[in-house]
Amino acid sequence: MALALSPSLRAQAFAQGNVLNYTPPRKVVAKAGAAVDSALPLDLRSGYHVNSNMPSDDYLIPLRLTWNPGPLEAAGFTFPKPEMGKYSFSEKPLSVYTGEFQIVTHFKASANAEPGPKTLTGKLRYQACNSSMCLPPKTLDVSLQVEIVK
Amino acid sequence: MSRIQVAAVSSALLLLLAGCSHSPRELKSEAQRQKAPNFTLKDADGNPVNLTDYRGKVVLVNFWATWCGPCEVEIPWFVEFEQKYRDQGFAVLGLSMDDDGWKAVRPYIASHKINYRVMIASEIVSQQFGDIDSLPTSFMLDRQGRIATNHVGLVDKRDYQNEILKLLEVPKTAAVRAVGAGPLAVLTGAGVRAGQRP
Repeated sequence: MALALSPSLRAQAFAQGNVLNYTPPRKVVAKAGAAVDSALPLDLRSGYHVNSNMPSDDYLIPLRLTWNPGPLEAAGFTFPKPEMGKYSFSEKPLSVYTGEFQIVTHFKASANAEPGPKTLTGKLRYQACNSSMCLPPKTLDVSLQVEIVK
Repeated sequence: MSRIQVAAVSSALLLLLAGCSHSPRELKSEAQRQKAPNFTLKDADGNPVNLTDYRGKVVLVNFWATWCGPCEVEIPWFVEFEQKYRDQGFAVLGLSMDDDGWKAVRPYIASHKINYRVMIASEIVSQQFGDIDSLPTSFMLDRQGRIATNHVGLVDKRDYQNEILKLLEVPKTAAVRAVGAGPLAVLTGAGVRAGQRP
């Protein structure tokens, strides 16, 4: 097996972390059977963009938020209006998000949800680029504290 | 001419010069070059591609993905380079980082008329090349299979072109002799001159 590259070359070329971070959403209190909304605040590193939930091209990876089965069921989402960003690498504008934005999930608490504190978990998948490079798609684990009341 | 007019003319000249001039990156010196990690992967036809089989050629190893916009800009350049310099001992090897593998890559090869060999990069290969985490990332290898330079992100087409031409100046026979002399062999000006043919 051949040698791998030196640490200095690695650091120079490939040091990249998460460029999209989220603030844990506020705890929601929901009555069994009732609807409740929760906003997931996101903050994207300056200079980067992520494709919106409805990218301009089929080959682009959309922003996706999914929630695992639990005391709340996601009935729908509201994504912010995307920007139509113009980048040197694309002839046509791209449907993207930049900076701070939030995704609102419209939940419905199941009618037979047991009262008490719960944790709902989910995943946020995104793919970010700046004006000259792209980062591989990443999936962040997200969670939401839920209080089911009668 | 007023001071404002002078400033305006100067600014226009500077902008013009900036548009015309281009400072290419230098290749690493012979002593600085590291041997590229070897790999064996299958191309779109299922044939094995071993990097060491390309010893004696100048090789552009390009990590890319179908979802990467900047990568898409470079692909027509690489198609052109492959066509233009193949007979002089140059080759492009495309290593896709698509999670969906050939399902995503095969149609892309067809739609973009890619004329060079493309493989799906394994996790191990990506790690050997320094944990590829930004695309496009390209490595320009000299005829001895050493990394003469690398690029992360979209760069000027002329950078690639200049590097290819410089590396092709080293004749194949000289490079092969140096490889045969052992791992510490270094080409010197005594044996190799720009433009010299084997």
